[in-house]
Amino acid sequence: MTTEQQFETVDMMLNMGPQHPATHGVFRMVLTLDGERVVDVRPHIGYLHRGSERLCETESYGQVITLFDRLDYVANINNELAFVRSAERLMDIEVPERAMYIRVILAELNRIASHLLFIGTYAIDLGAMTPIMYCFRERERIQNLFEHVTGARMMHNYLRIGGVKEDVPSDFVARVRHLLSEVREGVEESDKLLTFNEVFLSRTQGVGVIDAATAISCGLTGPSLRGSGVPYDVRKDDPYEIYPYLTFKIPTGENGDCWDRYYLRVLECYESLSMIEQCLDQLEDGLIMAAGRRIARPPAGEVYVHSENPRGDIGVFLVSDGSDKPYRVKVRPPSFCNLVALRPMMKGAYVADAVAILGSLDIVLGEVDR
Amino acid sequence: MNVTLGEVINIAIALFVLFNLVTLVAITLVWLERKLLGRLQGRPGPTRVGPFGLLQPIADALKLLAKEDISPGSSQKVLFFVAPLLVFVPSFVIWLTFPVAENLVVRNLGLGLFFFVAFSVLSIVGLVLAGWSSNSKYAILGGFRAAAQLVSYEIPIIMSILVVAMLAGTLDFVEVVEAQEAVPYIAMVPLAFVIFLIAGLAEVGRTPFDIYFAESEVVGGPFVEYSGAHWAIFFLAEYVNTFVVGLLGALLFLGGWMWPFGPDLPTPAAAGLVLVKAYFLTVIIFWVRATYPRMRIDQLMSFGWKWLIPLSFAVFVAAACQLFYKWNPWTLTIISFVIMAVPVVIQIRRQRNPALALAARYAANAIVVQARPKPAVAAAMESESATTDAAPEGAGA
Repeated sequence: MTTEQQFETVDMMLNMGPQHPATHGVFRMVLTLDGERVVDVRPHIGYLHRGSERLCETESYGQVITLFDRLDYVANINNELAFVRSAERLMDIEVPERAMYIRVILAELNRIASHLLFIGTYAIDLGAMTPIMYCFRERERIQNLFEHVTGARMMHNYLRIGGVKEDVPSDFVARVRHLLSEVREGVEESDKLLTFNEVFLSRTQGVGVIDAATAISCGLTGPSLRGSGVPYDVRKDDPYEIYPYLTFKIPTGENGDCWDRYYLRVLECYESLSMIEQCLDQLEDGLIMAAGRRIARPPAGEVYVHSENPRGDIGVFLVSDGSDKPYRVKVRPPSFCNLVALRPMMKGAYVADAVAILGSLDIVLGEVDR
Repeated sequence: MNVTLGEVINIAIALFVLFNLVTLVAITLVWLERKLLGRLQGRPGPTRVGPFGLLQPIADALKLLAKEDISPGSSQKVLFFVAPLLVFVPSFVIWLTFPVAENLVVRNLGLGLFFFVAFSVLSIVGLVLAGWSSNSKYAILGGFRAAAQLVSYEIPIIMSILVVAMLAGTLDFVEVVEAQEAVPYIAMVPLAFVIFLIAGLAEVGRTPFDIYFAESEVVGGPFVEYSGAHWAIFFLAEYVNTFVVGLLGALLFLGGWMWPFGPDLPTPAAAGLVLVKAYFLTVIIFWVRATYPRMRIDQLMSFGWKWLIPLSFAVFVAAACQLFYKWNPWTLTIISFVIMAVPVVIQIRRQRNPALALAARYAANAIVVQARPKPAVAAAMESESATTDAAPEGAGA
């Protein structure tokens, strides 16, 4: 690469975002370019800062759930689950089994929906316009089911401290089973179209490589970390809810490039499908809410609970002073922590790769800025 | 030069008809692309305006014309507004020499192919100017990309056109078509056709070569600062150029108005046949757009210089040898297929299999987390095993 410079060149600063189609929201990065090569990148965040953590301190525990819906706004149930579990841990509540199954079924469905959104938008980032239509078609079906169950397509507010809001409709199991077969077909369809496409491979393989040690030191989690060959998954390493009773696989990559990060998400879709099937087989009648007071007043104390979101390890640090409002809520958002790896990945890449790399981290700005 | 008023009026009428025809073609293409992409992507495409959404492009055009024409304060105003014309005028002028049927042509030039090549190159200047005069970083990146891409891919497209010109022994469009009376050139030099189509895709900036205006990277490239009617002109030129690739392919490789069943067609039917062939090729271009992601600029350049240009020279030399040594024409077909097989085989060996193997390995090597029995179930199993243990004792007693 080091050819002798015949004439003096000047690096160009290129401001990408916050208004840019490939930054997935209002993320902004300032690229220093040498021609088409990225010399340096400086991420700027905060354009979607809504002060969610502060807001949590002014709302009662039941209302905080709605704020968690709006963090990672494409994986709402997973976020709700993270908060609800932290409060339950603090209050030492035993959640009925049926409620836990319902939560996990919905969380895994939401994981599929989130990954589908990733696959579609990633294809768009790389210039393929068809996969997003297939992915959105399937995501729409999942959202229809959510609407049927929770009454809302995205901001569900369905989980409760100690259970779920209400029992699922009577046709829930049959509908989910039907949905699973449809979604499986849809995922396969976009998988066939995109995954082994010649151009797609050449755009993603060997791009944005990050080795396991750097990935760990940057704090990467989720599929982005597993792409580098580290089989870390909270569902396996710190099981919660009813995940211990399910058989599932943790697909792990080897190269840590964009293609690995992409493909692991595709594989995870299939894994989630099989997990939901197992949950449906094991789902039994029972209570959906733990007995206890309607208004949550956790005893004074603090707790840290983490769980596996589609984007990685989400952690909730909850401090209670014994009142009906949290004293402090701190979220460890996976998207925000994954962004740390942006710089080591991007150095020396092309402008087009910068888009591919950012896309492969699958950030959601609602969670980055909070 | 002695030009009578009548001739001037004749030419003016011809140009007026041609201009409207070209616009009509562009409008039908916009509709066709949107409808086709819709069907390929599992959605209906435009349906609201007119029957089958046929009037949708007109509604779009009206909307664009009604928009405010904004130019950045720091742009070079004159160049900024001249650039769209520099892109559009060449793509319109080259239509002067395209025959749609044997005698349906504005001006049949003896050097028609040369005329086409000379004028189609001009639009690069417009794109670079648009990028430069916008005084925007995205636009300048796009302008640079356009210059690199279009100049590189001009070579293979010219070489493949040259092969046809050599085989036909003429640069005249009508004579080229008539030389294909027996066998269309796609059968004789399929490699030249493939090169022409790929380089043509790059030349008009269609996916997977839509690099210079890549929406997700440089946000429209040279066009990023344009709005309203000026943007519409770029848009029009893009579709006209796309159709030119299809039309040129139909004339040079698919035999134009020649067809294998019997005598020559009457003029309207012949024109229809040419259009059908041209639209067919254009549909292939749209289909590619629905299938492929975008390449990266360095991959595009290395693909052009390492594959397309050597291959186009190879087919050029093969055609020259065939003409010089008077080989059987079918030897060219065989040579074409042999040469085409080389990159295909190399590419398959190099990329696809490792990726499939990698995917299989990821699926196989995944860590399996085995389910534990639920506490209640585990307790039941324990008591069950206790009773079965106890049973034989009881039977024995």
